[in-house]
Amino acid sequence: MSLKTLRLIAKTFVVFVLSAILIGLLYWLFAASRWDWLVKYFPLLLRGLWLTVLLWVFSCVLGFILAVPIGLVQVTGPTWLAGIARGFCTVIRGTPLLLQVWLIYYGFGSLFPQIAQYYPAFRQDFMWLIRLDAFWYALFAFTLSFAGYEGEIMRGAFLGVPRGELEAARAFGMSPWKALIRVWLPRAVRLVLPTLAGEVVLQLKSTPLAMTVTVMDLTGVVRNRITQDTYIVYEPLMLLAVIYMCLTFVAVWAFGAVERMVPQKR
Amino acid sequence: MSVAIAVLAYALGLLIGIVGALVKLEGSVLSRSIMNGYTTLVRAVPELILILILYYAGTATLNQLLEGAGFSAMAINGFAAAVLVLGFVQGAYSTEVLRAAIQAIPLGQIEAAKAYGMSPWLMFRRVTLPAMLPYAIPGLANLWLIVTKDTALIAVVGYTELALATRQAAGNTKMYFTFFLSAGLIYLIITLVSQRMFGILESHVRRGQRRLT
Repeated sequence: MSLKTLRLIAKTFVVFVLSAILIGLLYWLFAASRWDWLVKYFPLLLRGLWLTVLLWVFSCVLGFILAVPIGLVQVTGPTWLAGIARGFCTVIRGTPLLLQVWLIYYGFGSLFPQIAQYYPAFRQDFMWLIRLDAFWYALFAFTLSFAGYEGEIMRGAFLGVPRGELEAARAFGMSPWKALIRVWLPRAVRLVLPTLAGEVVLQLKSTPLAMTVTVMDLTGVVRNRITQDTYIVYEPLMLLAVIYMCLTFVAVWAFGAVERMVPQKR
Repeated sequence: MSVAIAVLAYALGLLIGIVGALVKLEGSVLSRSIMNGYTTLVRAVPELILILILYYAGTATLNQLLEGAGFSAMAINGFAAAVLVLGFVQGAYSTEVLRAAIQAIPLGQIEAAKAYGMSPWLMFRRVTLPAMLPYAIPGLANLWLIVTKDTALIAVVGYTELALATRQAAGNTKMYFTFFLSAGLIYLIITLVSQRMFGILESHVRRGQRRLT
């Protein structure tokens, strides 16, 4: 048998298997899958989507605000501050996010009731509700994580701005602070915009971890309510995958639009 | 346990990646579009959700197929399922890394190899592989660091590896900080050691190249 016939046979086989899978999927989608739960849980899903987006956007914004000084001190700061910042980045990037979320939720979460035992007044104020809600722990953990990853990137970005531009800013008589705000930071942000888009998408893809600490985000609603109430497993998960894909594409498109708005001279 | 899952999943991902990259570069229109769909889909959906889908749907489908074929349903080994799922996810990422690395080789080098009359296999071994490794190693190192941390996600589907064992131990003893911090330290040590090793590997494959300033 020649190589050509063998290849033909292999190709036919692959096409056959793939079309079988496709037909099976289509059959399942149209005939066997159930979507009646969608009506009942729609408001809940919408709330979950809202929480997911909140977690995503706020952790990115807060994390970025935190990342700027972390990147900056690694470039220009005193040695001990740079050391702390570098250590922070290494620790955050070297441990799984799941573990960080659990440490913050279970660790700090268990700390507050212990404090309240000794200081009953600690339990009285309205802050107590905030201390109990898992959402804030998740937000805190995600913010730290984003700051860790982004701080490392910002360090590279600050280094990537040409020295001449900073010297020009100083020569214009700008104070160091003003030079940072007007020249250094905008240039650095523009440099990392493509990387930033990737990081933001990664951040979206790590928000489902909030589900494991009882936050009712999109994944939490699907896993902890719909699947547990109705025993329907696959359809909600498929829906979930589609929603996350849409969010990803929205983010990619938005960053692409910003990049085109601020063209970069090469 | 976590390390074993990570190593096997990484190897599987690398295998898929090599095949996928070659298919994407030289395959027919059909196979190329299949690979494109695979990488886009896997990279756009959160790993956690992929793990949930593949873990539950994969095992259920396998059992149904087995029952349909007349065998009794078998309990799926959690370890094997974890490796397969993570390897499947890793495969999509390493496909992209390797494809980019192969495309970064100057075309003239491959043409020169062809002009010498090398067979495709010899060309791959002598030219393509050594020339692409410097481009591929940083990306592959990143993937390795990601997979070691992704093994923690397997805890969510109830398989006892480092993260879940830590949580159970912490919950039982109420010493949350001790256990979570020490587990974090273990992950950190794995990361730092492998970073150092990849650094050595990279300087080895970069030997003879001009140093980047």
